[in-house]
Amino acid sequence: MVSKRKLSESSEKDEIAHVLAQFKSESGELLESPIDLPLNITAENLQLICNAFIEKNDSEPTPYTFFVKDIEVTTNLAAALKNEVLDSEKVLEIIYQPQAVFQVRAVTRCTSSLPGHSEAVISVSFSPDGKQLASGSGDTTVRFWDLNTESPLFTCKGHKHWVLCTAWSPNGQTLASACKTGEIRLWDSATGTQKGKPLVGHKQWVTWLVWEPFHLNPHCRKLASSSKDGDVRIWDVVIGSCLINLAGHQQGVSCIRWGGSGLIYSASQDRTVKVWRSEDGILCRTLQGHAHWVNTLALSTDYVLRTGAFEPAEVGRPQKILSPEEAQSKALDRYKLVQQIGPERLVSGSDDFTLFLWNPESDKKHIARMTGHQQLVNDVKFSPDSRLIASASFDKSIKIWDGRTGTFITTLRGHVQAVYQIAWSADSRLLVSGSADSTLKVWNLKTKKLHLDLPGHGDEVFAVDWSPDSQRVVSGGRDKVLKIWRY
Amino acid sequence: MPQNEHIELFQKRYGFRMDYQERQRKKKAREHKLQSKMAQKLIGIKGKIFAKKRYSEKVQLKRTIKAHEEKKTRKKEDGKVPEGAMPAYLLDRENTSQAKLLSSMVKQKRKEKAGKWDVPLPKVRAQSEAEVFRVLKTGKSRRKGWKRLVTKVCFVGEGFTRKPPKYERFVRPMALRFKKAHVTHPELKATFCLPIVGVKKNPNSPMYTSLGVITKGTIIEVNVSELGLVTQGGKVVWGKYAQVTNNPENDGCINAILLV
Repeated sequence: MVSKRKLSESSEKDEIAHVLAQFKSESGELLESPIDLPLNITAENLQLICNAFIEKNDSEPTPYTFFVKDIEVTTNLAAALKNEVLDSEKVLEIIYQPQAVFQVRAVTRCTSSLPGHSEAVISVSFSPDGKQLASGSGDTTVRFWDLNTESPLFTCKGHKHWVLCTAWSPNGQTLASACKTGEIRLWDSATGTQKGKPLVGHKQWVTWLVWEPFHLNPHCRKLASSSKDGDVRIWDVVIGSCLINLAGHQQGVSCIRWGGSGLIYSASQDRTVKVWRSEDGILCRTLQGHAHWVNTLALSTDYVLRTGAFEPAEVGRPQKILSPEEAQSKALDRYKLVQQIGPERLVSGSDDFTLFLWNPESDKKHIARMTGHQQLVNDVKFSPDSRLIASASFDKSIKIWDGRTGTFITTLRGHVQAVYQIAWSADSRLLVSGSADSTLKVWNLKTKKLHLDLPGHGDEVFAVDWSPDSQRVVSGGRDKVLKIWRY
Repeated sequence: MPQNEHIELFQKRYGFRMDYQERQRKKKAREHKLQSKMAQKLIGIKGKIFAKKRYSEKVQLKRTIKAHEEKKTRKKEDGKVPEGAMPAYLLDRENTSQAKLLSSMVKQKRKEKAGKWDVPLPKVRAQSEAEVFRVLKTGKSRRKGWKRLVTKVCFVGEGFTRKPPKYERFVRPMALRFKKAHVTHPELKATFCLPIVGVKKNPNSPMYTSLGVITKGTIIEVNVSELGLVTQGGKVVWGKYAQVTNNPENDGCINAILLV
């Protein structure tokens, strides 16, 4: 009712041009019927109108961003349309995108530097609920850190070579770590002891570890690993043996991802990305197109699959303990929500300086080829709401692309050396990047500019992670120290 | 020793004997007996030469045997973890190690200090003072010989005014003053006529540099704003060094090659 009154007030001013507009959701559904809007209507007023139309039962109004003809409406409708020719006969479509309700505060300071490793820190990761932190290093140990006191918890010895990658199980109870000899070990996060025997099978170093998504199996039994020797192995962690060996790549596999529908995607140095079915290990598709090694993969549902049943917006509220089945259904609901925006998309970044956007579940042909980088692309990440893609490259820049069509949006420059890793905040508004020039930079995606500089590391930053509840950022590098950054 | 190729000619025409391969094999098998006989019998200079040759052969033999043995035995692993831990995405890439970077930086600094530069013409013919200057006799009876006339091409800056003739020791004739040089870009293979900004260094003597004498091998600074070069930071480059490649006093023009 408030919005309708506001409309009638503004229509009294007769000098302002009017336009017939209709709200359209991202998936193409039209909202209500076309309405007459003055051109100087602000973005806030558009939000009020949209909220009134949708009439959700939640007490908090959902913030939206509006796009007309692919231009974002930041101040008012006239500013967005000033370069466009308006056809007064046709109905103008305003596309609305719901933004995350909660807003993440940017990390500003380093709350602690955690020494302890005697060699470079190679990989860091937060558990899916964001309450635990683990790091793997070149001194062959895996360390667990207590986030409340910011001090070391457990040191897990056992690996014989550098610990290259770590991966938390979606229920947050187990950590899998892999080393340069090809061994995979599982650690219990509550006690810091090894679970079972080491999983041996790979002949060369393991490049990536990924667990089966929570909504497919809440007991977290299956783990997939890719290695330089060209194999992708699926292990059963309870039995401790290899279930299936997906052999098909001719050269080393650099990255794998486990999709929400049970498909495994593997990117390799033989320039292809292969799609496998995880149940029986059958190759479904080979995605070809790259001209050089494929370095990295990212799925649009990455964030949802990583966090499983944990909802980052509920961080402050008391959690009730869910049974595995309840948690599984909750994880499935969250997964379906992200699926509504679009089918599961895969983006692959390669040494040939380009990225490809694929729809791997349905198509062999790519949706878009994203060119523009001047050096190899080292890391790609989808934003948690899967609308944006960020790619970090050795040419010192980060490029932002549209998550659905792959069109280029902007370049973020600021680093003076190669950018190694990036991480998104849970509301998709902030991005943190770690680079070889030993600094981290926080970028604001609303203004598409540098938000904050976080210097402090003594040497190259190898690994960066933003906790899924977006409270902390952790970074580790060659200076053997882990740094935790908070607001 | 056969002095001609009649053996090979015969073999070509009529082929080998039936037992040729067998005889060769047996001859080779008996070779060690010959070697030992020679080693014991040869004396004098021949013995010394033989001993030297045999020694080097033995060393090679021992080396190959040792290498084979190493291949056969399996060494127990040390358990030592190598240094230089890197994440997986950097493993396959050849990154210059820190040590190499530092050493190359130090080497470059040393080169700068020593004044040694990498130029297209590293050595030029030395030009003596008698060549470059000609004595100019002055005075009422033309007896005073303290003035010198520069016989080579030189560059004087804009706003150059001669010293008062009474005190002018070096005379630089106007005909030999040049303002432009034909500069070639080594990679593009294109030549541009660019104005000279100054003479950086004349390899023969610092006195020539201060006078602005341009001979073959001199490093001059030219104004390259015409070429439109831009630095990585986005600034426009307007001055670059070039080395003179001809004898300008003979040709009437200055040809130089750009130092990129």
